Amino acid sequence: MAELSLREAVARAIAQEMRRDPNVVFLGEDVAAAGGVFKTTTGLLEEFGPERVIDTPISEQAILGTIMGAAMTGLRPIAEIMYSDFFAVCWDLVVNQMAKTRYMTNGQVSLPLVMKTGNGGGLRFGAQHSQSIENWAMAVPGIKVVMPSTPVDLVGLFAASVRDDDPVLFLEQKALYTVKGDVPDGDVCFELGKAVVRRMGADAAVVTIGTMVPRALEAAEILAKEHGIDLTVIDLRSLIPLDTACILEHVVRTGRLFTVEENPRVVGWGAEVTSIVADECFFDLDAPLVRITTPYIPLPSAGELEDKTIPSVELIVETILKRMV
Amino acid sequence: MTEDNTATATVVGEGAPQLTTRLSLFRRMTELRVFEKRVYDIFLQGLVKGTTHLSLGQEAIAAGFGEAMRSDDWTFATYRGHAHTVSRGVPFAPIMAELMGRRGGLMAGKGGSMHLTSVEHGMMGSYAIVGAHIPIATGAAFSAKYRKSGQVSVCFFGDGTTNIGAFHEALNFAAVWKLPIVFVCENNLYMEYTAISAVTAVEHPAADRAGAYGLERIIVDGNDADAMYEIANKTLDRARVGGGPSLIEALTYRHAGHSRADPGKYRPDEEVAAWIAKDPIPNYRKRLLDAGVDESVLDRIEKEVAESVDIATELAKASPPPGEDLILKDLWSDGSSTWRN
Ligand SMILES: Cc1ncc(C[n+]2csc(CCOP(=O)(O)OP(=O)(O)O)c2C)c(N)n1
Ligand SMILES: [Mg+2]
Repeated sequence: MAELSLREAVARAIAQEMRRDPNVVFLGEDVAAAGGVFKTTTGLLEEFGPERVIDTPISEQAILGTIMGAAMTGLRPIAEIMYSDFFAVCWDLVVNQMAKTRYMTNGQVSLPLVMKTGNGGGLRFGAQHSQSIENWAMAVPGIKVVMPSTPVDLVGLFAASVRDDDPVLFLEQKALYTVKGDVPDGDVCFELGKAVVRRMGADAAVVTIGTMVPRALEAAEILAKEHGIDLTVIDLRSLIPLDTACILEHVVRTGRLFTVEENPRVVGWGAEVTSIVADECFFDLDAPLVRITTPYIPLPSAGELEDKTIPSVELIVETILKRMV
Repeated sequence: MTEDNTATATVVGEGAPQLTTRLSLFRRMTELRVFEKRVYDIFLQGLVKGTTHLSLGQEAIAAGFGEAMRSDDWTFATYRGHAHTVSRGVPFAPIMAELMGRRGGLMAGKGGSMHLTSVEHGMMGSYAIVGAHIPIATGAAFSAKYRKSGQVSVCFFGDGTTNIGAFHEALNFAAVWKLPIVFVCENNLYMEYTAISAVTAVEHPAADRAGAYGLERIIVDGNDADAMYEIANKTLDRARVGGGPSLIEALTYRHAGHSRADPGKYRPDEEVAAWIAKDPIPNYRKRLLDAGVDESVLDRIEKEVAESVDIATELAKASPPPGEDLILKDLWSDGSSTWRN
């Protein structure tokens, strides 16, 4: 057992998979010699050498094309796209190529690859380095979308993503890199598509993911202590596959649903979740379904503005209080 | 080719290939010609919906590489990919059935004309987003080098494709890492309906950019099967022994329009006539006769090819529609398209 930050867990996860499988290679901009712009991949070059840990030019299309071609010919590659915003310059490779090829070829081509990326806001980087792309990716049939909120989940879900035979978008929330937690020694690998109940309560189900998980948990403690409201908090951990069964179970039990989403509101992942809930357990509901999201705007940079934009603990507390009556 | 280009072009076409090879090249080109003409006919008959992009006139390129490639080498092609699929040895009938949207199609009707793929033949896909497959082909080359498998990745694309970013990103990648890949630009002078010269800063869209990636400037007569076979061997060998990538610009012309029933009216009549005179197949036929091949040998090849295309057409027509059971299959590796429990 070791206490690791989420940042340290990234290299721990990649190393675990590279030791296990010689077909795993890792490439991206500044990931090898420099250890990554977020210092998430330090030490990998030293352990695995320049044939397996590779610095690339600034060529996002070539990076994703390379891992796709490598995956279809027997490797299990991992690529880093430095900031998730940069997927906009190579999105064709994701949505037209990776996502469609197995289906179009009637199952002839397998693409066991992972695209890892720094996602989300909270660090005052401004609108072009703070995007939440989970809802972009979720809208594309054929891409799995994974987002851990703790160091141990990062390792276990990353391992599962590497071992998965389908393309996985692995979203590392930049705002969570400093979060610490215990990670067991030895092989850590979880299953994709399994949500975790982080807090059990009787009054409402709060469904969330990523950076919003610790905020929802903090809000739940405040609501319990100060207002006697007892919340269930579900960490989805992946959006595709989506653990609908877990969501429905706790919504039915509590009669209420709140989603807490970092992505901008329109067509955010919670829109899908609320539509499933409305359709499949309408008669078990005691109240309207409520989404707490970032508004329909690009993210502003200054701290005061960004903090009032992405759902905060205060906003979560305030909204739940208002809507629980 | 201008004087200037001749001076800098790699000299090809010196020693002629062996007779058996030349007969094979002739057979391959004949297959592509007869097949593509049949595709055009059945498109006009309404048996093929959507779209097609034919390689009529460009057969020598696919034939030369098809002849030279090792069976475990990889082909990456564009939406103009029927010829490259046939030239890797994929039988006519499943290709034809795919174009017609039938169960017996290469991908059971899920891909269509623009996405022909047969992994078992090393035909790693036909891609319909201009330029996207160039980095993907580069990734296959990366994998060959990493696994030291001796395989070579061959990536075909058009002149117009040299103006998209993915082309430049991939060339740089391949050159930096000395990957075993051959990039083949089939310069047919047009990107869809626009002359390439009207939209490109250099005269030779591929060859004039080769130097930017430290690569040799290679221009070859893409209507000469012997020359294509020779340059294919040379560049494949170079890639196989660790000599890195090559970029070939093969000069050619499509006889038909860009796609479907496009009559190609945007092209001057004299230009079309001049290129029809350079038709790769009758010229090659004549070359073989001049070299002493008995005409009956060539006649027999043509007859055999015509018969097999006829048989394939009937087989494809007899194949049933795909069946709705396929719709929700094979999004994921477990065969399903399940995204929630
Ligand atoms: C990214 C993208 N832009 C535009 C198109 C539409 N398009 C299809 S083929 C084509 C022309 C390509 O020309 P070229 O590379 O010379 O190939 P050719 O068709 O001549 O074989 C265009 C513009 C596309 N499929 N993808
Ligand atoms: Mg062209």
